[in-house]
Amino acid sequence: MSNTLTLAEVEHIAELAKLGLTPQEAQMFQEQLSAILDYAAMLQQVDTEGVLPTAQGLDSGEAERPGMREDRVAPSLAQAQALANAPAQQDGQFKVHPILDE
Amino acid sequence: MRPSLPSDLTHLTIHEALLALRRGAISAVELTQALLARAEAVDPRLHAYLTLDAAGALAQAREADRRRAAGDDAPLLGVPLAIKDVICTRDLPTTCGSRILQGYRSPYDATVVAKLREAGAVILGKTNTDEFAMGSSTEGSAFGPTRNPWDLERVPGGSSGGSAAAVAAGEALGALGSDTGGSIRQPAAFCGVVGIKPTYGRVSRYGLVAFASSLDQIGCLARDTRDAALLLRAIAGHDPLDATSAPLPVPDYVEQLAGGVKGLRLGVPEEYLCEGMQPGMAETIREALAVLKGLGAEIGPVSLPHTRYALPVYYLIAPAEASANLARFDGVKYGYAFPDAVDMWDSYRRTRQHGFGAEVKRRVMLGTYALSAGYYDQYYLKAQKVRTLIRGDFDRAWERYDALIAPTTPTTAFKIGEKVDDPLQMYLGDIFTLSLNLAGLCGLSVPCGQLAGLPVGMQVLGRAFDEATILRVAHAYEQATDWHTQAPPCA
Repeated sequence: MSNTLTLAEVEHIAELAKLGLTPQEAQMFQEQLSAILDYAAMLQQVDTEGVLPTAQGLDSGEAERPGMREDRVAPSLAQAQALANAPAQQDGQFKVHPILDE
Repeated sequence: MRPSLPSDLTHLTIHEALLALRRGAISAVELTQALLARAEAVDPRLHAYLTLDAAGALAQAREADRRRAAGDDAPLLGVPLAIKDVICTRDLPTTCGSRILQGYRSPYDATVVAKLREAGAVILGKTNTDEFAMGSSTEGSAFGPTRNPWDLERVPGGSSGGSAAAVAAGEALGALGSDTGGSIRQPAAFCGVVGIKPTYGRVSRYGLVAFASSLDQIGCLARDTRDAALLLRAIAGHDPLDATSAPLPVPDYVEQLAGGVKGLRLGVPEEYLCEGMQPGMAETIREALAVLKGLGAEIGPVSLPHTRYALPVYYLIAPAEASANLARFDGVKYGYAFPDAVDMWDSYRRTRQHGFGAEVKRRVMLGTYALSAGYYDQYYLKAQKVRTLIRGDFDRAWERYDALIAPTTPTTAFKIGEKVDDPLQMYLGDIFTLSLNLAGLCGLSVPCGQLAGLPVGMQVLGRAFDEATILRVAHAYEQATDWHTQAPPCA
């Protein structure tokens, strides 16, 4: 079994992603992600000296490159629509937990 | 006297249905009722739909009949369609197959949905998908898997498995799906229907819930190539609401179908007819190539030497983008929120722990790692550079060929549960479809045979913004064969 990732690293990544994991999930991801990263290690064999990265599929020609649109005021979602799916709201705003200590 | 009614409305193609609607042989209400009845009969077994909107569909059909009676002949007037549940609809839930969006109602329609409504389509409901379109089997849906209408023990493919199964089983005349690494073409192949992934930028993604933004594209699933062309013509084009949509004119894909393949140069990538495929798969594709050759196409070999790297490149880039896109699901603005969180951080962690399923968590983890300090150059940047090489392979192929032909998948539909505990094995099934998304090109899958009673798909890969040519190739093939007319036993 591969240990490319340690359990501590898995827990660190989960914290970066703000993803709660059970101990069983952490164990499972350690094994599965290690296997996937081992497989991905084949990329290190590829010579990419002087190769530029590709960020998306649409930057090959001038014709298909979207231009800048005119900056104009247009109708947007109404406040009630924007809030309609909120798990919690108050006074016309999204309600969240405090982010500063009292 | 009223012209006679076609015997089985649920297996009409869209173009046949439009003829019958225009002649007055059927009404949109009759057609919609027939499809709803079929869905009510088979969907308890198939689970292609997450939401079936009988009342809403009938109201839209009545409106379509009113419009036609008033002289309207919009291009899809009265045609009942299904929409993959990662595409926002104003009047129906949009769940993405995820618990975290259970009950979510978008305040707006995706541009493609608005365009379909304008073209007169009747929206039957929302189809099942792997959670956030991350998967190849539709087993990743939080609301249970979809089954393949050709064999209920097998997966329909994914992630647009609900759309493919619905079209194959006569529960919709056509459907929209989304394709990030094969999610339209692979289920089309597994279910014996046509599926097209347009070029990156060809179709607006406004209202498509984002998975991997440099790869995602909306496309169509249909019973034949003419239907796929009709649907694509209706949804394609520049959209000011999507900055990545291309400001290019949209050809009339339907008019350009008939050109044939005489003199067209078709390349066969040697890396796509490899060892390890299901026995019979390579032979099936070679038979299809013989048909195209017989129709006058010039067939020749080509090499795409970086093909083997597409899988690791994809499974670094797509999760990296997904980890950023899915940061928005935090229990604040919409969707599920963990009810008993003690503070903000606890709320984020618990909401995402209970809201996301295993595959989404796996990819968020993988992507977060690939982007994290110390690993960015080694994984994400390296993958982006190899992506450039994969694109270069195609650029060289286009110097000699007008389109490429390959299998869509290395195997036919696999059994439910077979790969669910081994993500790498599941990912390996996508090897023939991923490169196209990485290169931003267009491709389609068209039925070209069967192995042990299960459909096989031929993939036609095309140049950027050259959907017309790949549709023409598939249409010519359909004229010489009848694989696309085969219906699954369950239907």
